[in-house]
Amino acid sequence: MRVEYRPEELIVFEDVSKFYGEILGVNRINLTIEPGITSLVGPNGSGKTTLMNLMTGLIQPTRGEIRLLGIAPTDPEQLFRRVGYCGQFDSFPRGVTGYQFVNSFLRVHGYEKRQAEEKAWQAIERVDLVEAASRKVAGYSKGMRQRIRLAQSIAHEPQVMILDEPLNGLDPMARAETIRIFRELAREGMHLIISSHILHEVDTMSDRVVLINNGYILAEGGVTGVREEIEDHPMQVMIRCNLPRELAARVFAAPHVVEAQLHPDRQGLFVKTTDPDEFFLMMNRLAIESSVVIESVTPVDDDLAAVYHYLIGSSGGGEV
Amino acid sequence: MIFAKIKTSLIGLTSVDRASLSLWRCQILAILRIELSKNFWGRRAMLLYLLALVPVVILFLLAIVDPDGASDISRDWNSSQQAFVNIFDALILRSVVFFGSTWIFMNLFRGEVVDRSLHYYFLAPLRREVLVAAKYIAGMVAAAVLFSFSTLGSIFFLYYARGYPANIDFLLDGGGWQQILAYEAITLLACLGYGAIFMFIGLFFRNPIIPGLVVYGWEWINFLLPPLLKKISIIHYLESHLPIPVDEGPFATIVAPTAVWISVPSLLIFTGLVLTLTAIRIRRMEIRYGME
Repeated sequence: MRVEYRPEELIVFEDVSKFYGEILGVNRINLTIEPGITSLVGPNGSGKTTLMNLMTGLIQPTRGEIRLLGIAPTDPEQLFRRVGYCGQFDSFPRGVTGYQFVNSFLRVHGYEKRQAEEKAWQAIERVDLVEAASRKVAGYSKGMRQRIRLAQSIAHEPQVMILDEPLNGLDPMARAETIRIFRELAREGMHLIISSHILHEVDTMSDRVVLINNGYILAEGGVTGVREEIEDHPMQVMIRCNLPRELAARVFAAPHVVEAQLHPDRQGLFVKTTDPDEFFLMMNRLAIESSVVIESVTPVDDDLAAVYHYLIGSSGGGEV
Repeated sequence: MIFAKIKTSLIGLTSVDRASLSLWRCQILAILRIELSKNFWGRRAMLLYLLALVPVVILFLLAIVDPDGASDISRDWNSSQQAFVNIFDALILRSVVFFGSTWIFMNLFRGEVVDRSLHYYFLAPLRREVLVAAKYIAGMVAAAVLFSFSTLGSIFFLYYARGYPANIDFLLDGGGWQQILAYEAITLLACLGYGAIFMFIGLFFRNPIIPGLVVYGWEWINFLLPPLLKKISIIHYLESHLPIPVDEGPFATIVAPTAVWISVPSLLIFTGLVLTLTAIRIRRMEIRYGME
């Protein structure tokens, strides 16, 4: 049975677009994010950070409206009592120690001295940085910097946590540790929105996935559904060869090829396949076994190919 | 019944306002702690200390290292005071306080954009107007402490050469205290006005050096400007309060000094307007470090 949520429990994008001058950030986004763990997945430059920055008011939409738990991002006094954002900026105020960093911004939230100290240590303990807390952040490793930023963004115990590529550049140990913290936060009822450019990285912990590419939402829903959706989406490939008619007849026999069309110059053909991995293997076999001389095999729909490779982590090759 | 309702809503309103005011006070104090530690102990502060020391060192050299100069000061106190007002105007006001304020106030926002750390403030439950106010106060405290000590140190070495009895007489009976207070007040007013301008420039311009130089040039050519334009500057109002009129040279346009009751409120209103514009700008500001 589908749970009905109240607007104060949802994150809602209504026809949101963001342009940086002439450049498109995101376009016509209509999205409702329910409580739980939601992953925004897309290749680098797809618009994930733009969406997250829009949610937190760091940038303003060119068009449309955004509401987080019923609050507009233009109202920071209300919003950041309930929302925490751990962005991608790997930078800190100059000369601070880990503890000072977390504590000083809790004071900016308005917490009294003792309360801020308590909350700062709790957050630092949670990310396992107690021993390093008195050292300057400038001397931290990338993983430690990531964790202290996480501590700073969860220290005020928000209901919603927005995390932009939190696993990016972490070594396997730090990655496992960070995922453990996310699971723990989600178990405690926190609403997590995590961005990543690799679906594998986040799919096991996500309740739902939003796929984004070139500023548009490609698919959204449960992890399994989205995986199927992207896997079923046919990929278009152009093959340059000496005998395109013969090759078309042979590839069309494969069950995963849904369309084969001759190129207007008669020097190649376009093929649409629902299983790129299998298709590229077949092309390798044909290149060796048949009399057709294949010059190149190139995905035509670069965006979709990029999305496919980035998100699914397919081993399918490009040129033969 | 109606009165009771009005009373209830007034009490509610007052409690909300009080809560907001108390929160803003806490937040301003928290930001002051962060900013003052940066302004006084950060790497960028070294330059400020050096700058603030320049006039003190010059006056020290004139008064102590050069014994003839010291005896000149004792012999001709009036000329020494005239020389000091010129040093104060050209070196302390137009150079030390000007460039010091440029450095402190431009870095309040521009420095954070360069360091990519401004977003931490934007991600706190903090009104951006409160951030502007807090940063400006932090800048003012830093500038006021550094440059009033600079002025005071310079005056100390001006007096030092005259010896104890002459100074006591001058301080108590010769209007010395009024002079010291006037120099200090002018220094603070300079920090106030220049501070607002440079915080505004630091926020509006990606490369604040050029607008900063334009302001510097405008302030320097002020003595040549026609009377009306002369009044569109900070230095005119500051010079109006100097205890001894500064000698602007043979080409200067002569304009009567502006009265205290006009110039001080004018500077305060101007500062308020510039800060309001800064607050409006920061409300619409987006964090896009990559494009800076």
